[in-house]
Amino acid sequence: MNGDFLGHQPELSLGEKLWQINWKLILLLTAIASVGWAMLYSAANGNVDPWASRQAVRFGAGICVMVVVGLIDLRLWIRLSYPIYAVALVLLIAVEIVGEIGMGAQRWIDLGIIQIQPSEIMKIAIVLALARYFHAASLEEVGRPTFLIVPLLMVLAPVGLVMKQPDLGTALMVMMVGGAIFFLVGVRLWKFAVIIAGGAASIPVAWQFLHDYQKNRVLIFLNPENDPLGAGYHITQSKIALGSGGVAGKGYMMGSQSHLNFLPEKQTDFIFTMLAEELGMIGGTGLLLLYSLLIAYGVIIALRCRNQFGRLVGLGVSTNLFLYVFINIAMVMGLIPVVGIPLPLISYGGTAMLTVLFGFGLVMSVYIHRDVRITRRTVAGEL
Amino acid sequence: MERDTDRYRSLTRRALMLGGMQAGLLSTLVARMYYLQVLESDRYTVLADENRINMRLLAPSRGQVLDRFGVPLAVNQQNFRVVMVSEQARKIDRMLTLISEIVPLTEADWRRITREIQRKRAFVPVTVKENLTWDQVTMIEVNAPDLPGVSIEVGELRSYPYEAATAHFLGYVGAVSESELNGDPVLALPGFRIGKSGMEKFHDASLRGVAGTSQLEVNAVGRVIRELSRQEGQPGRDITLTIDIGLQQYAQDRLKEEKSAAAVVMDVHTGGIYSMASNPSYDPNLFTTGINAETWEDLLSDPTTPLTNKVVAGQYAPGSTFKMLVALAALDSGIVGPRHTVFCPGHMDLGDHRFHCWKKGGHGTLDLVGALKHSCDTFFYDLARRIGIDRIHDMAKKFGMGQRTQLDLPSERPGLMPSREWKQANLGKSWTQGESLIAAIGQGYVLATPLQLAVMLSRLVNGGFAVKPHLTKQIERGPAEQTAWPSLGVNKGHLDLVLQGMNAVMNQPGGTAYKMRIAEAGFEMGGKTGTSQVRRITMAERSTGVLKNEQLPWRQRDHALFVGFAPLHAPRYACAVIVEHGGGGSAVAAPIARDILLEVQRRDSARGVPQVSSAVPAEPAQPAPPPGLGDKPGRIGG
Repeated sequence: MNGDFLGHQPELSLGEKLWQINWKLILLLTAIASVGWAMLYSAANGNVDPWASRQAVRFGAGICVMVVVGLIDLRLWIRLSYPIYAVALVLLIAVEIVGEIGMGAQRWIDLGIIQIQPSEIMKIAIVLALARYFHAASLEEVGRPTFLIVPLLMVLAPVGLVMKQPDLGTALMVMMVGGAIFFLVGVRLWKFAVIIAGGAASIPVAWQFLHDYQKNRVLIFLNPENDPLGAGYHITQSKIALGSGGVAGKGYMMGSQSHLNFLPEKQTDFIFTMLAEELGMIGGTGLLLLYSLLIAYGVIIALRCRNQFGRLVGLGVSTNLFLYVFINIAMVMGLIPVVGIPLPLISYGGTAMLTVLFGFGLVMSVYIHRDVRITRRTVAGEL
Repeated sequence: MERDTDRYRSLTRRALMLGGMQAGLLSTLVARMYYLQVLESDRYTVLADENRINMRLLAPSRGQVLDRFGVPLAVNQQNFRVVMVSEQARKIDRMLTLISEIVPLTEADWRRITREIQRKRAFVPVTVKENLTWDQVTMIEVNAPDLPGVSIEVGELRSYPYEAATAHFLGYVGAVSESELNGDPVLALPGFRIGKSGMEKFHDASLRGVAGTSQLEVNAVGRVIRELSRQEGQPGRDITLTIDIGLQQYAQDRLKEEKSAAAVVMDVHTGGIYSMASNPSYDPNLFTTGINAETWEDLLSDPTTPLTNKVVAGQYAPGSTFKMLVALAALDSGIVGPRHTVFCPGHMDLGDHRFHCWKKGGHGTLDLVGALKHSCDTFFYDLARRIGIDRIHDMAKKFGMGQRTQLDLPSERPGLMPSREWKQANLGKSWTQGESLIAAIGQGYVLATPLQLAVMLSRLVNGGFAVKPHLTKQIERGPAEQTAWPSLGVNKGHLDLVLQGMNAVMNQPGGTAYKMRIAEAGFEMGGKTGTSQVRRITMAERSTGVLKNEQLPWRQRDHALFVGFAPLHAPRYACAVIVEHGGGGSAVAAPIARDILLEVQRRDSARGVPQVSSAVPAEPAQPAPPPGLGDKPGRIGG
């Protein structure tokens, strides 16, 4: 490395930064996105319209955003952390208000050109905010319960708002990303045990606050055969499609269940089912392997960073990706209840893709600025 | 920096733990995939196939019915129908208006279509109208661009080219009723039709064929994507009848001159029915295309019963046509010899009762042949008095009376041949001798169908063999027609005597049907007239003079009957004719039988069909020129 471990902080020129752009990261992301295009092409019965082409355009735009994000100095990101979190929180509240007016679940803010989903922004914002909060914290500080009150509120405020939307999946993800960072910074395990026990104890209370359809989802998850043609239909059909794929699959574009519309939302939340039907267990584990590589690579980049903020951002973003992948695939396999979480980079849709690419833009920034040291003064505003 | 090193160690440790947890969770995903895609794969594959594969039955093509020479009597016609897929048609009312400019739609059609569209799913075609003419089909095809979602489908419709002439024995097909559903899925196919009567019903299983199957791939809402495989069914088998459609048409036309009549022609050796005509008739095509309520009511309420096949379901007192059996019974009993004579003063007294002969002044002295020739009632009263009802009953049963002939046609009725036991069991009274006398002239309780009369006559003229009638010649390569029938065990000489009587009826001056004889050499016939009373003639009426048929309302007039066979010396065809309320058998029924018997012989000689069959007994074939035979009974061997 060209940095002086103890001495002067090297400043990178733009050219040096461009040289540092992590092509392996882009390659891995493109590989996964390519799988997505192939599946969307299949979902449209061999047409790039309407999904694959638009998804490719989005990916291109997303990669540009990612590179820009990656080139921005990590020290700027730490200063922007709280403002970004604040904006995300305000947007969530705004959505809540608009949602009240719109009589029902509302997750989007329409800005004319694009629709944005504040809950998606929050998935990244919470990582940034917690990373900043814990950036300067020593192990002793982290050990003090009062020190944890602020970050706990940082997590619970958006979780409460997202749950109210209601978006169980996103609430779950924000909570788990928060929990992961708490875990990473060294919060004692017994504290998690206490919180989990408390959470379990509050389930009967929380149950009362769930919407009927949410209760239904949980009940149907527990016994999907109860309502095979109703709400249990999706998960039953998904399992049939997946199971009938076998080891080698039915062949690309040959997924009968998916193509005959037995499979709901095959281009979005249930796209993994179609992949597993057409490409079998080999294709399914192959994709999981790609994701694992990406996650592991994110972790490696994080652990090679020389500042705590960058490490936490890198690990947070990787955990985020993991949660996306795990929740979505576990859902379509009937391991957890159906929650609306897309398969990142593969499911059709722009917001999740942008979130993930933005997140990996931060990871790239962590990579490029891995030797940058972040002091109190830099956090305060001096680069 | 010391602080950061601790932190870093802790973070690295925790990151590895987190990574381990993630790896563990991802492994559960792989494990789950293994469970679903390897362990449970077979089960899900079955479920997936059940999900997407829909079996559809393909209705088999119904077998044809052919006449004995291969002329099609029941065929399948292409039936064009216009169907509409409502989701493509969009504005249903506008579309129906457009269609109705080409194919007129009734108010009821309109209602039915609207109802079906509401009930069915939007992509399922709804039949707008069936039985389109070719012009209508082309008009719809030409206007196809303006009629989205409207198309022509081709189905099969049963058609009977000879219409009314074949209705009574062919029957017709119709939609499957609720009670006829027996779990066979082919019956539940929309538009599937099964035999409802006649041969269509009797041979329904053979004609129907075996349904094919089509495996269709359907999506989650049941829309057909494509056909995966198709297993063609077997079309129904063709049925060849013994009917000669030319003769059938001739007979049916001939009967049209009468208000209500029936005639049957059968082969005395094989039992094959050449013709089975019943008038009035109906058009069976009305039933396949859907008969309207008004026509149906008219058919049901018509006093001449056009829906009844009178040949098998009409039961009539056989009248004098029964006398041959009484004669045979008497001869066979040994009580009466072949030279037995009776003096007929025009009546016979039995106790307080006087039994009248049809000829008021009497016939004088007659022997058996003479009695048949003149159809003298007194002679047969005398025989009945001597031999009793039991012998008559037994002989009549041998010749097929009072029981179903086991014809291969549904709706055959058994007629009635009374006996002492029968009366005791059914009426609770004992038999009286007077009733024997009435029975001997084919009146009273005795009832026969025209088919039974034809069978009776066939057995008389074929040398006493128990021929049974049938309509089915063969089902494809089935067994050939049977000619070896068991013998009835009746004395040949006695049979000859009866045949001489029937010869005399036709061919001797004074015979009751002499005027109706066939004079053409080689085509001559024998026969017996019959007139059966429908009403009871009271003593008061008899004293003031019996009313003539013409003076009576139609329903009270006598039935005219006739049984005849030809050729005279090598009998092959037996014909029975009934004209309901037609009056005298000789004047009304005999000419019909004559015309039909002449026609069948002409047709067969024109076709080169051999006139003489080896099964014919030799004796009647010997030159026995009338009129001499009947005049001198002494020359006939006993």
